[in-house]
Amino acid sequence: MSAEPNYSITARDVNLWYGKFQALRNVTTNIKHGLITSLIGPSGCGKTTLLRCFNRVNERYGYVTTTGEIRLLGKNIYDPDVSLIELRKSVGMVFQRPNPLPLSVYENVVFGLRVHAEADALRKSALDEAVEKALTEVNLWHDLKDRLGHKAITLQLEQQQKLCIARLLPLKPEIILMDEPCSALDVEGTAAIEELMFSLKGRYTIVIVTHNMAQARRASDECIFMLLGEMIEHSRTEDLFLTPGNPKTAEYIEGRYG
Amino acid sequence: MNSAAGHVLFVETPAVRRKLRQEALAKWVFCAMAAAMVVPLLLIVGYLVVRAAPSLNLEFLLEVPKRGMTEGGIWPALIGTIYLVFISLAVSAPIGILAAIYLNEYARDNWFNRVINLAVINLAGVPSIVHALFGLGAFVYAAKFGYSIISASLTLAIMTLPVIIASTREALASVPQSFREACWNVGATRWQTIKSVVLPNSISGILTGVILQVSRAAGETAPVMFTGVVFFKSIERGDLFPYYLNEQCMALSMHLYTISTQVPGVKESIPYATAVVLLALVVMVNAAAISLRVYLRSRQKW
Ligand SMILES: Nc1ncnc2c1ncn2[C@@H]1O[C@H](COP(=O)(O)OP(=O)(O)OP(=O)(O)O)[C@@H](O)[C@H]1O
Ligand SMILES: [Mg+2]
Repeated sequence: MSAEPNYSITARDVNLWYGKFQALRNVTTNIKHGLITSLIGPSGCGKTTLLRCFNRVNERYGYVTTTGEIRLLGKNIYDPDVSLIELRKSVGMVFQRPNPLPLSVYENVVFGLRVHAEADALRKSALDEAVEKALTEVNLWHDLKDRLGHKAITLQLEQQQKLCIARLLPLKPEIILMDEPCSALDVEGTAAIEELMFSLKGRYTIVIVTHNMAQARRASDECIFMLLGEMIEHSRTEDLFLTPGNPKTAEYIEGRYG
Repeated sequence: MNSAAGHVLFVETPAVRRKLRQEALAKWVFCAMAAAMVVPLLLIVGYLVVRAAPSLNLEFLLEVPKRGMTEGGIWPALIGTIYLVFISLAVSAPIGILAAIYLNEYARDNWFNRVINLAVINLAGVPSIVHALFGLGAFVYAAKFGYSIISASLTLAIMTLPVIIASTREALASVPQSFREACWNVGATRWQTIKSVVLPNSISGILTGVILQVSRAAGETAPVMFTGVVFFKSIERGDLFPYYLNEQCMALSMHLYTISTQVPGVKESIPYATAVVLLALVVMVNAAAISLRVYLRSRQKW
């Protein structure tokens, strides 16, 4: 039943239509467990769309049709017995603009636990522990341990984005999807998030959409190049940038279009 | 929750099922409450129409009250209400819209504008009986308009003004800021921006806000009773221009109050029929507002 065990995500012939417009064409790919995989390609090529297929948020729009098969950890997430609640618990998402909830730092981190756990499982001590663990994992504990009661939206953008990542961790996700997580941040913020990604890799499978080719090159182990809804190339990042297998990839990374 | 347990991943657990049950329950309750809104409306309308049925005909609209208002129609009151509503909105709509444009497009956040804002908000909360007393003092006595259509209309205008300002501001604020920036960036002045971009894109909301005030102006009794509306006024049947502006007139809301409580022996269906006419007037105006909005909205795309 389960696919290659070291693949977190396997997509087979995924097609997606927004109404009549086909945004993904026969995307087939295997994303390895515990690595950082970046999705690159020119604007409108379907990076966000593909990413959003992995936690089935695209379906929120009524006019979207998807065909094909996407297996997460061996389970086809388009099977009828899949519960979206459980799926999204295991697949976290980080957005372009940091979107902390208008609550305290503490409440942001335990929000997922409160949503998913039974009331009696939410002992104060367990929550405290979860907050410390999650904030430590994203390198925020040191800065924020005395400010847990502060409003999350008053933090710096970089801290907000880290908090958004920390918010996912108490639910023990398998996969973290990031859609241009650094494009609202400055150079230092970007570096900090990249560093954080490195420290999270191994435990979590990270898929990151980026417009910044240098970032894809620096921060990812594998790289997927997409063009007009098709997956053109998927290989190790070094290989893709040094010896691209497809002339279209070569032209893109040389900056002829994009 | 790890890859070893691949075949049981992502399926519903008992906790999830419990949550889905709560979800279904919540949705049901919300939906029921929304549906419950319709019930009183249907009951009110149904009850009124049934009781009013014997009097509901065109004659009733066009005829004047007869035999000490115990029989006949409601023409003087109907035309009086139309006068009052029309004149009051003709005054309050331009002032309100222009004021809202200033507040939303020009005003900076300083004490002067904050005071204006505060005034608008507080004015909107003043009870209509207080407006009535103000109108009596200001228009009837101080401005020497006397008990007249003009006094009553101005009082209604003051009453509807703050709401028109508020709804217009809301309509203006819903125009995306990026549209304005695009204009300013080619060197357009604020007035040019307002004229060419802001107003065309908010006109549906502005008009809806104004038209919805028709129903308020038509329904209020106290402000007009104190300032220019009388129990009875003798005019010709079906006369379109029976009143001078410096005269008193009749109005539907006041007429309904009079024949329901002050006049003995009124034919039973007449008060109900009057209420139905008042309600129908309001519903028709609201329907017009909605269709206008839909029409204007369909021509504007963003
Ligand atoms: N909700 C939607 N409804 C209709 N079409 C959409 C929708 N979202 C995206 N599209 C279209 O699908 C195509 C792929 O969009 P997508 O957002 O996935 O691109 P992207 O690679 O993420 O682009 P960008 O780099 O600009 O973020 C685009 O042509 C876009 O216009
Ligand atoms: Mg995108």
